[in-house]
Amino acid sequence: MKKSLLAAIVTVAAFGAAGASAATLDQVKQRGVLHCGSNPGLAGFAVADDKGQWTGFDVAFCRAVAAAIFDDPAKVRFIPLTAKDRFTAVQSGEVDVLIRNTTWTMSRDTSLGLNLGPVNYYDGQGFIVRSSLGLKSAKELEGASVCVQQGTTTELNLADFFRANNIKYEPVTYASAVEAVKAYDSGRCDAFTTDASALYAERLRLTAPDEHVVLPEIISKEPFAPVVRHGDDQWFDLVQWTVNATINAEELGVTKANVDEQLKSENPEVRRLLGVEGNFGEGIGLPADWAVRIIRHVGNYGEIFAANLGPDSPLKIDRGLNRLWTNGGILYAPPIR
Amino acid sequence: MARTPPVQSPPPDRGDATGSWLYNPAVRGAAYQVALAAAVVLILYEASTNAIENMRRLGIVSGFGFWNAPAGFDINQRLISYSSTYSTYGEAFWVGLLNTLLVASAGIVLATVIGFVVGIARLSRNRIVSFLAACYVEFFRNIPLLLQLYVWYNAVLRALPAPRQSLSTADAVFLNNRGLFVPAPVFGEGSGLLLVAAVLACAAIAVFGRWARRDQDRTGRQHATGLVSLALFAGFMALGWFAAGRPVTFNVPDLRGFNIVGGLQIYPEFVALLLGLSIYTASFIAEIVRAGMLSVSRGQTEAAYSLGLRPGITQRLVIIPQAMRVIVPPLTSQLLNLTKNSSLAVAIGYPDLVQVFMGTVLNQTGQAIECVVITMLVYLLLSLLTSLAMNIYNRRVAIVER
Amino acid sequence: MTTSGKTASAAYLRTTVAPPERPPPLTSGPLAWLRENLLSSPLNVALTLAGLYIVYVLVPPAVRFLLVDAVWTGEDRNACLVSAAGQPVGACWAFVASRLRYFVYGAYPDGQLWRVNLVFALCAAGIVWLLWTRAPRKDLGAIFFFGLFPVAAVVLLYGWPAIGLPHVHTSLWGGVVVTLVVAFAGIVVSLPFGVLLALGRRSRLPLVRLVSVTFIEFWRGVPLITVLIMANTMLPLFLPGNMSPDKLLRPLVGVALFASAYMAEVVRGGLQAIPKGQFEGAASLGLNYWQTTRLVVLPQALRIVIPGIVNTFIGLFKDTSLVSIVGIFDLMRTIEVSLADPRWATPVTAASGYAFAAIFYFVCCFGMSRYSIAMEKRLATGHKRQETDR
Repeated sequence: MKKSLLAAIVTVAAFGAAGASAATLDQVKQRGVLHCGSNPGLAGFAVADDKGQWTGFDVAFCRAVAAAIFDDPAKVRFIPLTAKDRFTAVQSGEVDVLIRNTTWTMSRDTSLGLNLGPVNYYDGQGFIVRSSLGLKSAKELEGASVCVQQGTTTELNLADFFRANNIKYEPVTYASAVEAVKAYDSGRCDAFTTDASALYAERLRLTAPDEHVVLPEIISKEPFAPVVRHGDDQWFDLVQWTVNATINAEELGVTKANVDEQLKSENPEVRRLLGVEGNFGEGIGLPADWAVRIIRHVGNYGEIFAANLGPDSPLKIDRGLNRLWTNGGILYAPPIR
Repeated sequence: MARTPPVQSPPPDRGDATGSWLYNPAVRGAAYQVALAAAVVLILYEASTNAIENMRRLGIVSGFGFWNAPAGFDINQRLISYSSTYSTYGEAFWVGLLNTLLVASAGIVLATVIGFVVGIARLSRNRIVSFLAACYVEFFRNIPLLLQLYVWYNAVLRALPAPRQSLSTADAVFLNNRGLFVPAPVFGEGSGLLLVAAVLACAAIAVFGRWARRDQDRTGRQHATGLVSLALFAGFMALGWFAAGRPVTFNVPDLRGFNIVGGLQIYPEFVALLLGLSIYTASFIAEIVRAGMLSVSRGQTEAAYSLGLRPGITQRLVIIPQAMRVIVPPLTSQLLNLTKNSSLAVAIGYPDLVQVFMGTVLNQTGQAIECVVITMLVYLLLSLLTSLAMNIYNRRVAIVER
Repeated sequence: MTTSGKTASAAYLRTTVAPPERPPPLTSGPLAWLRENLLSSPLNVALTLAGLYIVYVLVPPAVRFLLVDAVWTGEDRNACLVSAAGQPVGACWAFVASRLRYFVYGAYPDGQLWRVNLVFALCAAGIVWLLWTRAPRKDLGAIFFFGLFPVAAVVLLYGWPAIGLPHVHTSLWGGVVVTLVVAFAGIVVSLPFGVLLALGRRSRLPLVRLVSVTFIEFWRGVPLITVLIMANTMLPLFLPGNMSPDKLLRPLVGVALFASAYMAEVVRGGLQAIPKGQFEGAASLGLNYWQTTRLVVLPQALRIVIPGIVNTFIGLFKDTSLVSIVGIFDLMRTIEVSLADPRWATPVTAASGYAFAAIFYFVCCFGMSRYSIAMEKRLATGHKRQETDR
């Protein structure tokens, strides 16, 4: 009977993803579709509707990579991953790239066989509370119950913060964010904590979103970055420069609407970005108009932000740190030249 | 378990016409076993080499070094001292394990009580009562426990007021959506005497019980054992209380800031899990109890009545002791199931072993194999211990059989 | 007999006509039934009143919530808010209706739904074939249900581009589809595997017995949720190199191993019920072990344990809800996720979603358990019903 177990496992594995190999780009091209690891559901960042259509900020960057490769933003398969499974999925080659509000930390970059970067969203952990409590700061949460999702750095940051400020609190830990938010909504906790961006997203799930405020304190640094596996530098470059291209495009004023017009631009930086001058796509295994494809199908960074997170979206997140360096933020992409 | 009688014919004599050694059952049996052993070894070897290779490739450290590393996260319900400031992952494990044991033991008591009540109600001659009991059984056992837990948790939570609108009794007991707050005893100096008093009281009760029983056997007089025991216990405790100079004070809960401060807090997660587990398991126990009662022949009841025993006493002294023989083995497995099902705590945020150790600790350390293996071993051990205890009991009741 | 006792003589001779006895109280009809069953003693009256009170407390509000006050149609939360409806609001069935497709199919692509429906139809056909006692050719039915159907279901659901069925990745599956896939995979694997384990446990070869007992007792000793977490986190580590099993397959493996152990115990009960004479008879006919098992033992043993198998399946079916905890989008999880949908955030949304799930599971499990009881009566083997839930 043990033999049949082995047989079963082998059959099982046959359905699994193929192994990793050096030339990820060739594999993706051959497959005809990009495998992108995404959040199973975080409003504004990655959400699938009833039909399995994905939208969101992180999703847009997946689509940007697909657009650069295939000139078609629809050639992505989104693979929803939990916080626990996400890195194994990259390591094993189940996904080609992971864009899933993942914090870039040294240990993740150096000891998991992964490459992270560049940052596509600067975030930090915050708190949401009922406005009726009249709190101004998280330091006033003495004796409060705090709902938190388990298994992330969030749980540790929370303990650190209260310990550092010598405040007593009661953590209530849930396996999933959905449960934690539901418990907070029903009054089990005074506060709910997670990354600030997610706080805005989860606020939408509350019965009365307007009766809750996000406290100003940010108690940790959470720079989100795409993740690829070690050992394929060209693929890493491709992902990096896809993000950089969207940021540069915003800086240069190239938008979804005017990209074709901008092809005639005299500005040498714009000409280089759009592949009119030089052939920078060659280095990442793509044609010269790779950035045009990205901008035409997905837009520049500002457009992606505005569409999914900005004031006109349901989340209404302020750009804050995520403004361009020219506008008082810290978003700064290396030049294309 | 009864063994199968040998199925194969005895080995034919060597030199028989068909006596190739290929047809010798002993040889075949050995061959089967060698093949099986080889397969098992192969699988274990493959799995472990793969695991080692994969862990090396993924940079996962193995070993139990994390056990003494600082945990750095907090747990709300803890039966032993624990804090993110100074505690280790090992201590987090004990916190989780004790929480599991707490909810499982409370659940075992509650489920058994409800199960017996419903099971006996199902046999009631009152049609309404038996119908209601049947509805209870069918309803609760045909809906997944997980769903019931969600419902209980949300029902329990939503029905209760916020801390500032707490339901309270005498400003000492508070009930709100953070839980039930009752005064917590604080054991001061000399509390040890109370323990001594309790032990002495139990001993005295045991001695009296033996005497009362013997006396009844001898003379037929009945003694109010229950009342006397109660009086003995109260007397000893009162003695100890004053002898030690009233050592126990109470920490009374009080509304301060957001929450009730002080006192003993019973968490809503605990209540929801306890209710869910007990009510679900009770529906199975009720069926077991019913089957057990039905297994006692009707002649027993009639004989008891003809001896002049009243129905209540007949149930207690004649029917239930005999039914227990049939009830106990399946009851054991249900109580084991309850213990194992307490791991569903993870769904509603009760910090049991699985939630703390297989959830947070596993995620923070990344040491999947160690955490999974330890957790599983704990449950295996719990299962073995419970079946052992129940087997002993089972043997005791089985001796009565004539 | 009442005797007047007035006669003093030793010889009994009645001289007068005995007075007519009062007719006995009603022994039939509704009134007698009432009296006999509900009002026979003061305690009984009290119980009756208490029972009626419980009915009064539970039933009218439930009916009001589920039917009378329920909202049947609507586009979004406004339909189910008290302020909009202007009356007490019961279950928000409009919410369930709007998410029904998601609850049943998950995110399975629109154009391909016929594949799922075909699988449902094939499954129903197989179940009727096997469970309907008068259906012909049960053996073919078993081959269909346990051999052909699983293959067909995998091909249909997962896709096979070569024959024109595009791949549908398992991350798009969800809802009832996944619940059924998990339950079905569990039963299809656990039945043959459980039979083997049960035979192994009763084998006279010590090593075979040891392996079987260890396997069975291990899986029966640990909670399913730990098995699922193990399958999720450890299975990829135990497989060579870069094999990373599909996310849905991991819990399937866990459920299958777990169910096999429970099935083995059920089958063992059947094996033990086979009288010794059967083995001796088979041996005297010169049948070897496998012939005996296949031709004599199993046909009888499996027939006896059909109710036990159905009960195991009920337990398995309910337990599939646990896969939601490890992030699989089964019915339970699709409902949980939908409850967090702000478009439907109302005070009654959660209750409505849970009520829907409860009704679904109850109908399935209750139906199966009725079947199992009927089967048990029909077989009338005198075996106690196996409690296999956990």
